[in-house]
Order: sequence, then structure tokens, then C-alpha cells
Amino acid sequence: MDSPAAPLLDVQGLVKSFGALRASDGISLDVRAGEIHAVIGPNGAGKTTLINQLSGEMAPDGGQILFDGMNVTAMDVARRARMGLARSYQITSIFPEFTALENLAMAVQSGLGHHFRFWRNAKTDPARIAPAMEGLRRVELEAVAHSMAGELAHGQQRQLELAMALATGPKLLLLDEPMAGMGPEESRRMTDILLPLKGRVSILLVEHDMDVVFALADRITVLVLGKPIATDTPARIRANPDVRAAYLGESP
Amino acid sequence: MDKPVVTRKALVLGLGLVLLLALPPIALAMDEGFFISLFSRILIYALAAVSLDLILGYAGMASLGHGAFLGVGAYVVGILAFHLSDGSPLPFLPGAWAGTASALIAWTAAILVSALFALVIGALSQRTSGVYFIMITLAFAQMLYFFFISLSTYGGQDGVNLEQRNTFPLLDLGDDTSFYYVCLGLLLGFVFLCKRLVNSRFGMVMRGCKQNETRMRALGFATYRYKLMCFVIAGAGAGLAGALAANQSEFVSPGLMHWTRSGEIMIMVILGGMGTLFGPILGAAALLLMEDVLASYTEHWMIILGPVLIFVVLFARRGIYGFLAGPGGRDG
Ligand SMILES: Nc1ncnc2c1ncn2[C@@H]1O[C@H](COP(=O)(O)OP(=O)(O)OP(=O)(O)O)[C@@H](O)[C@H]1O
Ligand SMILES: [Mg+2]
Repeated sequence: MDSPAAPLLDVQGLVKSFGALRASDGISLDVRAGEIHAVIGPNGAGKTTLINQLSGEMAPDGGQILFDGMNVTAMDVARRARMGLARSYQITSIFPEFTALENLAMAVQSGLGHHFRFWRNAKTDPARIAPAMEGLRRVELEAVAHSMAGELAHGQQRQLELAMALATGPKLLLLDEPMAGMGPEESRRMTDILLPLKGRVSILLVEHDMDVVFALADRITVLVLGKPIATDTPARIRANPDVRAAYLGESP
Repeated sequence: MDKPVVTRKALVLGLGLVLLLALPPIALAMDEGFFISLFSRILIYALAAVSLDLILGYAGMASLGHGAFLGVGAYVVGILAFHLSDGSPLPFLPGAWAGTASALIAWTAAILVSALFALVIGALSQRTSGVYFIMITLAFAQMLYFFFISLSTYGGQDGVNLEQRNTFPLLDLGDDTSFYYVCLGLLLGFVFLCKRLVNSRFGMVMRGCKQNETRMRALGFATYRYKLMCFVIAGAGAGLAGALAANQSEFVSPGLMHWTRSGEIMIMVILGGMGTLFGPILGAAALLLMEDVLASYTEHWMIILGPVLIFVVLFARRGIYGFLAGPGGRDG
């Protein structure tokens, strides 16, 4: 490797099986600081399984995960999150009975700490609410700040979830298909939200929408049947015959 | 939209408070002193139900063993009183302390001991969730139930009789009216405490866990310890209710820990309105009054309760409180 600095995320030989199925079949990849690294692959390739192991929700059968210079392979989800690993889910995961603002405030509170504070009113606490409002503004949701999150449109919920992940001030964002289920208009808005993050936040991006991937990614890893078959720049991935055969050839 | 000067919620709460404050003089004027002790019982069970609402309605932990803490609190008072009249020293403790009748000491002990039980039971139960959590809390309560039945020193199945109620500075708890106001004061104090708590940072963590614990963890919250803390606070509240229950009936028995008792407390919460804190007070009143009235007609009064409960669960998610005070905001 030409870069002397150690990568922010360094995954080595990750293995995960579900019965006879090898969902992760020796995955090694890295994400450098400030980089957007996309992981693409057909349905069932093991992309979500990879993210679940990185976030700590699934324990790998083998291999190791180094994050920010620490071996986090056995570390639990919450501690990894506090180290700066934030994620979004393929299936939207928010607090439906909180307002959009309160969803963000929870993410802000995670960084503030003092969760054993029993007395002071949290809903009017400027330390939670001001950054939460700022976070909503970043994804242009301030107009629905006081609407119940469960009642927002699908696209808005996806934006809200991204805003929550960002509000924790992460070192690395794991995004599992942020555009899932979105129409072209919503998809474009989401890209507009993600674009300014380029170079500022490190992201591991799983996404099916190739336009989005080629617009955002610095590097792309192609995953097929739990195995990375190529990691390269977007231009070279596009030209890679193996990738075209295995994946890009299938999509229109 | 203009806000009315007095909201429906404030009206319901204000009326309820006035009613509770005025009950003893009214009952005495009507020569129905019996109402005072009935309503003391209601206030005590309301305290237990509010404490269950904290974990059930806010943290989403459906414990079917809350009676355990009620029983432990009651037994602390009962055992301290037993040794005082017996003159024998307390077991498991250094020195030869022969119990006490002081409410301040006995009730504090009841709170601490039940909190300790909640810590242990909660720490183990919380490794599970959903139906398993219900079953394991139930199992722990039943274990305690049978454990206390086996304690022949303290009457086994028959329990312990208190010679008199605990002593309290400046008040005679033996007087039903004084005792009633002490119960009311403690209930209101506890509700106020809980109200602050559910709106604090800690409370928001609880609500977050109820809605989406996976998301909470992914945000960096070590949910286990916060939920455990909540379980302990709820256990302590139920322990205080137990100490009061022991005084109210001047009698302690394992029946307090039987799972049907835990079930009743849960019914109070659901009937009155989960996640509202005030609702469980209404639920306790409704259930105990219904029991009092219907039980005089038929011993199968639960048959009538069943359909009522199903109706509430299906049509009124915020229970009686929601029905009276309106749908309200998101915080009850
Ligand atoms: N918990 C599980 N138990 C058993 N099999 C699983 C589990 N999770 C995933 N799998 C299987 O592992 C394989 C990889 O699934 P995964 O969800 O990681 O794919 P993916 O690349 O995210 O697919 P998609 O593009 O559809 O989201 C699939 O065959 C899936 O059925
Ligand atoms: Mg997936």
C-alpha cells in the first residue's frame, strides 16, 4: 500500500456461515480516512451480513475487524458506536413514536452522555435540542421537526435515519442501501445530501443504484457469493470484465 | 388553534386530586369510614401499578412478577415487626438487632431490600426479552412465593400478623385517616418523581428502548444497564407499596407474591392506561372498586372483568385515562 497511514477500517479474512451457506467467504477490505468505499453485489451477495458484522450485530466465525487502530472484532454494538461507527439499516430503523426532532435528539444525547440524569427535562435541554435541529436542517427536514417520525413519508424517514447516524458525529458511516425503496426524485435528494459529505466523512456504502455509486464512490468492491471479486476505482471497475460478467452485465 | 385556559387533562387531574384529598372527611361525614381503608388500599396498589408502568409503559418490559417486590417490601416490615415482638435477633445480620416498628427505618429497609431483589432478578431476566421476559419474571416471583411459604418461622403459608402499624413521627398510623394521607402523600411524591424521570435523559433512553432497542444500541447506548436501573427503581417503588400494604392490613402473607397478584397489578396498568403514570391510579381504583362491588354479587367477578379488559386493549390504548383526559400528547 502506498499510503503510510493505517486505514480507518481494516477487515481481514471475515468469515460467516449460515448453515451450509457462506454469507461471508473470507472478506478483506479497507476504508481509508475520508474515503467513500462502495460495496456492490447482486441480491444475497452478503452485503448486509458484512455490515452487521462491522457494526457488531453479528459475530463473525473467523477473521478480524480493526477500526481506528483497535481490534473491535469482539466489541459489542454500543461500544463500537461510541468509538465512532454509525450505521443505517436497509429496512428503516427509527423511533416511530418520537418526533423527528426527538429522533435526532436521541442521537445527539448518545454523544453527550449523562444518561443517568433523572431530573432535568430532556425535551427542552438546549444541549440536546439545538444540535438536533441543526442535524434536521442538514437533511432539510426542519419543516417536519415536530411530526411523529412514524408518520413521515418513506423518503423522509430514510433521510431522518441518515441524519441520526450523522448526528452521532461518526468517524465511519456504514450505509446499507440508503436509497432502498425510494423514487427517482427522493433518490436524487438523498444523493444531494450525501455528496457534500464526500471527503469529510468516511463511508462504507452499500447501494444498488449504480448512478449513485459511480457518482459518490472513491473505490468500489464487488461482492459475489460472499467473496470480493474486485476492488478498484469506479472507472476500472466499470471496465473490469469479471465484474461485467458477474454483476454489471446483469443490470440494465 | 387557541389553547383553552384549562385543558381537559388538567381538569381530570385536578378533579382527581381534589376527590382524593377530600375523601376522608366526606366518608366520615357519611359515616362510611370503611371507604377510607378501601381507598388506602387503592392508593397502595396504585403506587405498585405506577411503578410497574415505569417499566411496562415506558421501557417496554412486560414483567409478570412485580408482585415479588410488593411481597418483599411487605415481608421486610413484617419480619422487623415480628422480631420486635418476639425479642429474637434478626437472622443474617450482625449484632443482635431485634427488629423495629419505626416506619422511617422499616420502610427505608423495604425500599432498599426490594431494590436489591430487583437488581438480581432484573439482571438475570434482562438477558431475555418478549415472552421469555414475561415467563422468567413470573418464575422468579413464584420462586419467592414458594420460598416464603417454606419459611415456617414467619408463618409459612399463613404469614405474619403485625401487632400494630408502624410508628411515624408526629402521626398515628393506626388512625385510618392519618394512614390514608400518608399513603396519598407517598403516591403523589412517587408519581411526581416518575414524571420527572420519564422526561429526563434517562427517561428518553427508556422510551427509545421501548420503541427500538436495536437502534438505541446502534446509536451507542448500552441499553442493558439503563433498563436494569429502571427495573430497580420500579422494584423499589413496589417495595414501598408492599411496606404500606403490610401496614394497611396489619398482615403479611406469601399471597402478595402469587402470580395472580402480579397479574392484577398489570391489569391495573393496562386498564388505566399504559405509559401515562396517572392512568394506573385510575386502573387500581377501577379494579379494586369493581372487585369490591362485584364480589358481593358473584365470586366469578373476573368473568365480567375479562370482556372489559379486552375492550380496553382493543379500543382504548391509553385506557381509562386516555378516555377521560383525551388522546393527549406523546408524553401522557
Ligand atoms: N440471519 C440469517 N440466517 C440465515 N441466513 C441468512 C441470515 N442473514 C442472511 N442470510 C443469508 O445470507 C445471504 C446473504 O444475505 P445478505 O442479507 O447479507 O445479502 P445482501 O447482499 O444484503 O442482499 P440484498 O441486496 O438483497 O440486501 C442470503 O442468502 C441470506 O438469505
Ligand atoms: Mg442487504
